[in-house]
Amino acid sequence: MPLDRIRNFSIVAHIDHGKSTLADRILEVTETLSKREMREQVLDSMELERERGITIKAQAVRVMWKGHQLNLIDTPGHVDFTYEVSRALQACEGAVLLVDAAQGIQAQTLANAHLTIENDLEIVPVVNKIDLPQADPDAAAREVADLVGEDVTRVLRISAKTGQGVEGVLDAIVERIPAPEGDPTAPPRALIFDSSYDQYRGVVAFVRVIDGHFETRQELRAMAAGTRFEAEELGFFSPDRSPMPTLEAGEVGYVVTGLKDVSRLRVGDTLTSARGGAAEPLPGYKDVKPTVFAGLYPTDSDDYPELRDALEKLKLNDASLFYEPETSQALGFGFRCGFLGLLHMDIVRERLEREFDLDLLVTAPNVAYRVLTKSGQEVEVHSPADMPPDPERVDEPYIRATTIVPKDYVGTVMELNNDRRGRFHHMEYLSEERVMLAYDLPLAEVVYDYYDQLKSRTKGYASFDYDIIGFEEGDLVRLDVLLAGDPVDALSLVVHRRAAHARGKALVERLREEIPRQHFDVPVQAAIGARIVARETIKAKRKDVLAKCYGGDVTRKRKLLERQKKGKKRMKQVGQVEVPQEAFLAVLNLDEDKR
Amino acid sequence: MSAEGARHLYVHLPFCAHRCGYCDFVTLVGRRDGHGAYVDALVQELELEGALLADRIETVFLGGGTPTFTDPAALTRLLEAMPHADEVSVEANPETVTPELASLLREGGVTRISLGAQSFEPRLLAVLERKAGPDDVRRAFYHLRDACFDNISLDLIYGIPGQSASDLDRDLSAAIALEPEHLSCYELEAKPGTRFTHAWGDELVAQADAMEGYFELVVERLVAVGYRWYETANFCRDGRQAQHNLGYWLARDYLGIGIGAVSTVAGLRWRNAPKLGAYMAALGAGRRPPRELEELDSPTRLRERLMLGLRLDEPLALAEVGPAVDREALERLRRLGLVQESGGELALTRRGRFLGGGVTAELFAENPAKTYN
Repeated sequence: MPLDRIRNFSIVAHIDHGKSTLADRILEVTETLSKREMREQVLDSMELERERGITIKAQAVRVMWKGHQLNLIDTPGHVDFTYEVSRALQACEGAVLLVDAAQGIQAQTLANAHLTIENDLEIVPVVNKIDLPQADPDAAAREVADLVGEDVTRVLRISAKTGQGVEGVLDAIVERIPAPEGDPTAPPRALIFDSSYDQYRGVVAFVRVIDGHFETRQELRAMAAGTRFEAEELGFFSPDRSPMPTLEAGEVGYVVTGLKDVSRLRVGDTLTSARGGAAEPLPGYKDVKPTVFAGLYPTDSDDYPELRDALEKLKLNDASLFYEPETSQALGFGFRCGFLGLLHMDIVRERLEREFDLDLLVTAPNVAYRVLTKSGQEVEVHSPADMPPDPERVDEPYIRATTIVPKDYVGTVMELNNDRRGRFHHMEYLSEERVMLAYDLPLAEVVYDYYDQLKSRTKGYASFDYDIIGFEEGDLVRLDVLLAGDPVDALSLVVHRRAAHARGKALVERLREEIPRQHFDVPVQAAIGARIVARETIKAKRKDVLAKCYGGDVTRKRKLLERQKKGKKRMKQVGQVEVPQEAFLAVLNLDEDKR
Repeated sequence: MSAEGARHLYVHLPFCAHRCGYCDFVTLVGRRDGHGAYVDALVQELELEGALLADRIETVFLGGGTPTFTDPAALTRLLEAMPHADEVSVEANPETVTPELASLLREGGVTRISLGAQSFEPRLLAVLERKAGPDDVRRAFYHLRDACFDNISLDLIYGIPGQSASDLDRDLSAAIALEPEHLSCYELEAKPGTRFTHAWGDELVAQADAMEGYFELVVERLVAVGYRWYETANFCRDGRQAQHNLGYWLARDYLGIGIGAVSTVAGLRWRNAPKLGAYMAALGAGRRPPRELEELDSPTRLRERLMLGLRLDEPLALAEVGPAVDREALERLRRLGLVQESGGELALTRRGRFLGGGVTAELFAENPAKTYN
């Protein structure tokens, strides 16, 4: 296909603004799929994606429209996957920016618009859901026109649900989005913007060919990772795999690599031929590092092998998931896992529980800390348990948080951000009613119960997005929880010194409620090093007897005690104290309970 | 497991004038015209099982129901049919004790009476749906003394809905004032499904924490005036332990006859069916009544020996229960000051006795039969 007949584009939108519905409609209008074949939201293949209405893995599908080859590159819609979004956008020349006619611009609309502008993409602004009774297409069109610097008359108005205006979107893509540029005769270069794992064929890379062309059976090389492999199959999605002998400059498609390890082919890397390949890789490759960490433990320690297998399988499709074995005295064998963000963590956890049928205990999430020890060593710490007791200096990740709220809620959001050690950056009126607030915040503050607070304080009106902006020094301390003097490793936290007392108090109070009384007094303490910041006591039981026992009830009483003994065996032993699993669950779910 | 047969005999007399709300024993209300036939059946069962009894019987216990509610002629006949024993106990409800009944029992060879006082506070007795008032309890006690009973036990219940600590203190004083040889003090157990639990369940939950203090109060008061806390819920003076019950706590064999009665003989335990009709029909035809059987393997017997033995204030020979004891748990409990081990003997400390149930559970070793799994 000649370059001038190709258009590569994405659809970007805030969650639930109708991206997947528009993608479905495009497949239908272009007769890529017959109505009979149409399942709703074809591109979101995973059950979880469908339920949450978000797309986790990017995919690419080729459609034909009026003699043009249109490649729709689907992007994940969430902040945690910003890097994946940016790679997907780099594979395009334009983007459809979709805005809900009833809701107008939201935080991710902004974030996505900025990403598309940064990537020099042509933006086709579209207001969706104009059929809704509460829709205000004029207001939404004005907002989006202002945002992208277009004339308001150029904003398309559609209903992806009914199909109204969808053909106009396809025409606009052909007319407004430039054809790809590239040198068909140069040594081949292709950008990997996503990959997936096929259990029979290994890693499948999604690529955008920039220069030259690729052939089946050609020996290829990933330039950053240095990985070599043979292209077992090339092709495109429509939306099923359609093999082709070659992929040409400007085209979007897939490469079956036969590789068994997804981490050897990272998103953002450049593919070229192993012999006579390109000299320079494409710009922008970045090794994405996890920012949020948590310990994952099977509720039933017998399930440890199942958890290990499940993580291995997830990792095949998700190179950004990090995990390593971790042992907790209180929780047994588990894994310390690293995620791109909180949503990523929730998704992994839900997939483990749903697809692999595992019951999990998840420790309080923490961020990655950069620690300078007294001895002058620099270490990255992913678990509170690894935090040295007396560090010279601790740096923590900071984010630029963007919140869009109706103007009446500006005060409450500022208050929340100030409580969370936030620094005001700037504020902007998007319209008379709606305000965008930018704050710099420690990521750790967002990881702990921030979304729920934001949601409840703004009655659900706030939309929120963030970008990591770097590391800064923080007055951070490790807070340990001690039961009868023995630390409960799974409950250690890294907190800001100012918050230590309140967090410690909440923890020990909850533990006192949840741990049954023992045969002796159990002090429950929260401590920073040797200094106790909160304390409660679980008073010893004073009576635990079977009131009466005569010839008629020996059997029943014996069985009662036998059951009691079995119950004790199920408890986790922390030093001298028996702690029921439920107590850990209750404490670890401290935040979730508030939801 | 004694080869020579059981030396303890329990006889169940299920009849009551009225069923108290908290009761979950096998009881039958009224049916005075059926008492004679039931006693005939008891005698018949005793005859059928006679081979299981030792030549010399140590104790006989008539429990209920309300044994003293039984028709006097039938009761007399039953007492005559009993084998001779050193201790013959009968449970009595205060309102049934008249001078006539007292002498009937005395002449029938009864040596010990267990009198169900429960409380001396009319308001609390009403909650328990007891027929007798405090004066009935005292009157019954004196009638028994007049009939020369020198071994009387009083039952008290604590934790009655609405009972304050000072209520309990007054009950204890009233009981002590009568100078019984023996006292049994039970925390009120609200059995699921009873009318009582339905009516008072919430209140019982609300006062559960206070029960710790009540138990301590009972022990402190009774020990202070010279009673020996010889079993978790039992106190005595002058060596007047309940010999029959001591048989249970020493895990000795016993034969039980009557509806719902349990026997444990030579590693076998059985419970007679609780239905009167089936019982009468079987024995009327000279057959054993329908029963539920339970075989007690050796680990189970050892565990029971441990559980029952630790209820007593006298130490238990470790050699006797060794395999039933989880050694690690023993060490842990010893360090906590709940268990004492010396000279090959095991005993609970004073504090350990207040926690006897939990401590015993912890001491249970894994069933050896199960460790092969």
